[in-house]
Amino acid sequence: MEMDADEQIESPVRYPGGDGPKTAYRKIWESHLVSQESASRALLYIDLHLVHEVTSPQAFSGLREARRSVRRPDLTLAVMDHTVPTWERSRPTPDPVAAEQLRQLGENCVAAGIPLLDMHHRRQGIVHVIGPELGLTQPGMTIVCGDSHTSTHGAFGALAFGIGTSEVEQVLATQCLWQAPAETLEIRVDGELPVGVTAKDMALAIIGKVGVAGAQGTMVEYRGSAIRALSMEGRLTVCNLTIEAGARGGLVSADETTVRYLEGRPASPKGGEFDRAAETWLSLATDDGAAFDRTVVLDAAQLVPHVTWGTNPAMVAEVTGRVPRLGDLGTEAERQQTARALEYMGLTEGTAIEDIWIDRVFIGSCTNSRLEDLRAAAAIARGGRVHPKVRAMVVPGSQSVKRAAEAEGLDRVFTDAGFEWREAGCSMCLGMNPDVLAPGERCASTSNRNFEGRQGAGGRTHLVSPSMAAAAALHGHFVDVRKLEPALAGAVG
Amino acid sequence: MEAFTTHEGLCATLSRDDVDTDQIIPKQFLKRTDRGDYGDAGFFAWRYDDAGHPRPDFELNDPVFQGASILITGRNFGCGSSREHAVWALLGMGFRAVIAPSFADIFTVNSLQNGLLPVELPALLVAQLSARAKSPGGHRLTVDLPAQQVRDGSGLSADFVVDPFWKKCLLSGRDPIAMALSQEEAIAEFEGSRPDWRPVTTGEGLFS
Repeated sequence: MEMDADEQIESPVRYPGGDGPKTAYRKIWESHLVSQESASRALLYIDLHLVHEVTSPQAFSGLREARRSVRRPDLTLAVMDHTVPTWERSRPTPDPVAAEQLRQLGENCVAAGIPLLDMHHRRQGIVHVIGPELGLTQPGMTIVCGDSHTSTHGAFGALAFGIGTSEVEQVLATQCLWQAPAETLEIRVDGELPVGVTAKDMALAIIGKVGVAGAQGTMVEYRGSAIRALSMEGRLTVCNLTIEAGARGGLVSADETTVRYLEGRPASPKGGEFDRAAETWLSLATDDGAAFDRTVVLDAAQLVPHVTWGTNPAMVAEVTGRVPRLGDLGTEAERQQTARALEYMGLTEGTAIEDIWIDRVFIGSCTNSRLEDLRAAAAIARGGRVHPKVRAMVVPGSQSVKRAAEAEGLDRVFTDAGFEWREAGCSMCLGMNPDVLAPGERCASTSNRNFEGRQGAGGRTHLVSPSMAAAAALHGHFVDVRKLEPALAGAVG
Repeated sequence: MEAFTTHEGLCATLSRDDVDTDQIIPKQFLKRTDRGDYGDAGFFAWRYDDAGHPRPDFELNDPVFQGASILITGRNFGCGSSREHAVWALLGMGFRAVIAPSFADIFTVNSLQNGLLPVELPALLVAQLSARAKSPGGHRLTVDLPAQQVRDGSGLSADFVVDPFWKKCLLSGRDPIAMALSQEEAIAEFEGSRPDWRPVTTGEGLFS
């Protein structure tokens, strides 16, 4: 490598976290270290590279221009998810530009020998849903994808983060990335989540507390009894939303819940090899007494359902609360930002959250489209009827989730109540396919971003949990799901 | 990659915190498959009205900022989606450097990969630069990467921090991919030592 002699050793080499007991992050870092360029810059090996149609075409053409090839197609998986229609797939994709992008992904994968789950494949789904369900996402791995919500895979105790197209090209060519150690942030949630309060509410509460940039430059580890008590689905939701606090990624150290989830998955090790792998996975958990650069603490027992009211995920309130009043805010910058958000959202300051009426409901996205999420929403929807002024849709995270939900009859619960039941994809989380909000429409959405125009130009997004979204669909406005007792008994996973 | 050494140019301001990449380039422009000019798509919803005319109330449409190549903005610039198209849009609009109190992590890497320099300066100083940029005749700055310094013609100068790895890449135009490829021996050695039970995506029956 071209290095100046004086740059080679600026001792000591930096690793994530301090000396002494190690964090999971440090263990993964050390076990993926290919070479050290300088004290703070290391070349890390990537175990799994997930690819989709939107952020990869320019990476493949970059490779072609430089006459480089794909190093490890066997550690790469491509899927069509971002722009695929969720309604009608037997006909050509209606948008010719999107169709051409999808076609290029197919061509690039064939040329490089990369397995592709196209939109007709029975295992197709959102990239962050299929990795875990196939068992490709395992503890101790390094996982990247040209998508910021790659942090989702951290739920398995993996080091997983989103990258841009230039880095997609680099991973295709070298299976490695240049990385500097991030600071470590421990987010500890102890106690028991009350009935009706979900992993989504926990994540929104964390973002509200930390702020939309509060975790910038950090790798988060979620710890504490409330995190341990979460299912893998719940942990996936929490890790998914880590990026919304600005962190590079977030993880939960592997434990028995992780191991149980992986047993019998298509890509999991088999037989005696599984037991040996499980031992390795558990040994990669953060050591007792490991130090973090910073710690944030929340009490799960105090959490309630959350609803975002503004144009970033930290603009969030408890369902029992109100949209802020400008006079209550501390600084002029906050007042300006809040005033702009309220204007975009068409909300009056001080409005009670439960008095906000909606036009649309979207249940789906890499945040909340797994079976447990659909069960929670169906428990609320069962026997009810979507409010006449509301259009509601359910988009399963994968075709496998869709089949499993149908096997339980959840599709009938939804369609009987007036929800649309769709094919798998990213759909209205980012509106790159025909599923978009019209200007001014207000949506209760289980997705991850309420940015201006995110779900369609001029559309207004409120982020909520699946059960809160289903409840809003039936009532036409936000309601506190904790009030909807008998339904709740079955709604909490 | 695109080299960056010293750049002198006119400043423009976008006085908002937490500008996300969905605003820098909305989703409808992400279906293209080329790396061409995305300049017209930059800040699309904020910049143009429904008829496609520039909105006079959007800061970057101010005539004093036309021809600007240095963007001065608020904290956490570029948060949200990993779309590198956001950087391509800023470059297409003519920007070569962005000055802000902080940047989102993925955006920072995407910028550096494309020779768009993210310059982090304390919020008070950014506010001061922003005020100067809004003066009637506009304001010019020099961003000096070798010296890691921002200067103007009236004696203001401020040092900034830049990651040494990226500084070297930017000054030389050195390609991080070529640098990684030069580690072939180490990569091959690492691959030889990986546990063989780690998953592969080409396993038989994986997708059945």
